[in-house]
Amino acid sequence: MSADPEVGSTSVSLARPLALPRRRKLQVWLRDNGAPLLMSLPGILHLLVFAYIPMFGIIIAFKEYRYDQGIFGSKWVGFYNFKFLFSSAVAARITRNTVAYHFLFMITGMLASLIIALLMNEVQGTLRARFYQSAMFLPYFISYIIVTYFVFSFLTIDNGIVNRLLAKFGVQPISWYSKPQYWPAILTIVTIWKGTGYGSILYLAVMLGISPEYYEAAKIDGANKWQQIWHITLPMLVPIIVIQVLLSMGSMFRANFGLFYNVPMDRGALYPTTDVIDTFVYRALLRMGDMGMSAAVGVYQSVVGFVLVLLSNWAVRRIDPERALF
Amino acid sequence: MATALPRARSGRYYVVMGFLGRLLLNLVLLSFSLACLVPFLVVISASLTTEEALGKYGYTLFPKEFSLRAYQMIFTQSNLILRSYGVSALVTVVGSSLSMLIMSLMAYALSRRTFKLRQGIAFYIFFTMLFSGGLVPSYILITQYLHLKDTIWVLILPGLVSGWYVLVLRTFFQDIPEELLDAAKIDGAGEWRIFFQIAVPLSTPGLATIALFTMLGYWNDFYTALLYIEKRELYPIQYMLWVILQSAEWLQKAQQEQTGMAMRIELPVLPMRMAMAVLAIGPIAFGYLFVQKYFIRGIRLGSLKG
Repeated sequence: MSADPEVGSTSVSLARPLALPRRRKLQVWLRDNGAPLLMSLPGILHLLVFAYIPMFGIIIAFKEYRYDQGIFGSKWVGFYNFKFLFSSAVAARITRNTVAYHFLFMITGMLASLIIALLMNEVQGTLRARFYQSAMFLPYFISYIIVTYFVFSFLTIDNGIVNRLLAKFGVQPISWYSKPQYWPAILTIVTIWKGTGYGSILYLAVMLGISPEYYEAAKIDGANKWQQIWHITLPMLVPIIVIQVLLSMGSMFRANFGLFYNVPMDRGALYPTTDVIDTFVYRALLRMGDMGMSAAVGVYQSVVGFVLVLLSNWAVRRIDPERALF
Repeated sequence: MATALPRARSGRYYVVMGFLGRLLLNLVLLSFSLACLVPFLVVISASLTTEEALGKYGYTLFPKEFSLRAYQMIFTQSNLILRSYGVSALVTVVGSSLSMLIMSLMAYALSRRTFKLRQGIAFYIFFTMLFSGGLVPSYILITQYLHLKDTIWVLILPGLVSGWYVLVLRTFFQDIPEELLDAAKIDGAGEWRIFFQIAVPLSTPGLATIALFTMLGYWNDFYTALLYIEKRELYPIQYMLWVILQSAEWLQKAQQEQTGMAMRIELPVLPMRMAMAVLAIGPIAFGYLFVQKYFIRGIRLGSLKG
């Protein structure tokens, strides 16, 4: 509000050289900021209702919520819900699953994306490359329900492709949807299948940005393809890999609901290896009707998640401020 | 290392090795590409066959017995299924149009350097990406206070604004040269006019990419319906697919209740649900073919800006 208003109001400024009357000041301010403020208003209101108001709802985790008494009428119970949660085996199971899958997917997904990007880099610009890219990118756009159909057509017990194939080798059909031990592998394959095409784009974009002079110089020195990849491409990718790893730390406590709920078809027998925080929160709320437990897990996830994002951002900021979220 | 190799070998040896290398590389890429496409083929083929053939041969890459009956049944016998497509289409069109309008207006306002509140609002948006109240508070708000349960609005409203997309959109608007906007302003154009006539046309690639992601988000949304929709008439297609996959008999039963009479025709449920899946992929695959190149460029842009 310092210099700007006066530039626009030269005619009055002589008569009253010092402070503008308050109403006039507001008018001037609105002339400059009114339109953008009005433009952002719908968004501001939306976030207020659907993001900020629910934030205050975390008090529910400290209450014994009853529908008839509402949020404010329900009784305070302090940390009771949390004590209950952490004294059961559930908290450990869903935390372990969520975090372990996060690392599993991060490492395998990153390796797959890197390998595909390195290979794609060698065929850049050809018609084949266009085909590969289109094919590998397609799964990214498909909903997890459709993915569930895909997986189902492979794994269903009688008609599934996998069991029919196994039968040809004389192997007894496996009941995939009741054997939890197979699901870490299945879910990893699904994640790689769905995300590699998309994931490789980032690395490919970085590779395209590497100056061709490096490769030319290396070729003159007699370096072969492997040596070029090992000594030029990969070192150039290290910063972005480090950043990606750190950034992903921020979402360690979040799991993809569709992947863990739909793809294993919500089979109870598979919970030991498929139940994650997000699926548990849903089940506790709508299946078990245990509002307190569900809210407590939600707060646990939000708070730890918040700390993780702050930490990961702090780490990214130290390495490459440009890429930090804030 | 390279210098240690005998020079005499370099000619033919490297040509052969280079050829083998490229062959191997293409083989890997080709197999992965095909692996990405195979599940699509399997489901399409299962939709184009008969219930008996599915039982006999299982799921295959190509239909052993060709039949269009599943599709025919969907279009003639099942208003429930068609209705769920309608719900999804409506939600996608209304939701993503509204969403793009709200988000791009907001993003444009934030891109204006003269806007005094821009940093404050940016933080306001940003904070929603860092912290959330979780499922339970939203659930109570939406069902007990906003009374949106079992309405079409619950499928549209909660997802309208994504903080992340607003911030990405802002970077697209920031790329427009400031002088251009200032010139328009001097010529007497207001912010609204500048937004619609200059900023939006100049940011089409970016806007289109985000618009596509938004549409995809609505079309593929399953979670909202799982939480808030119980009425059959309001099932979006993704939720309908889930219900039918859980219980193959559901469709026959629901259809009978709907029409109030016992159906004489046995529905070929197994191929039918695969046909539904194919129809749910259809619009995505179709759109994908058209915008793919554009899209990849947009994402590359976005990811580098990160």
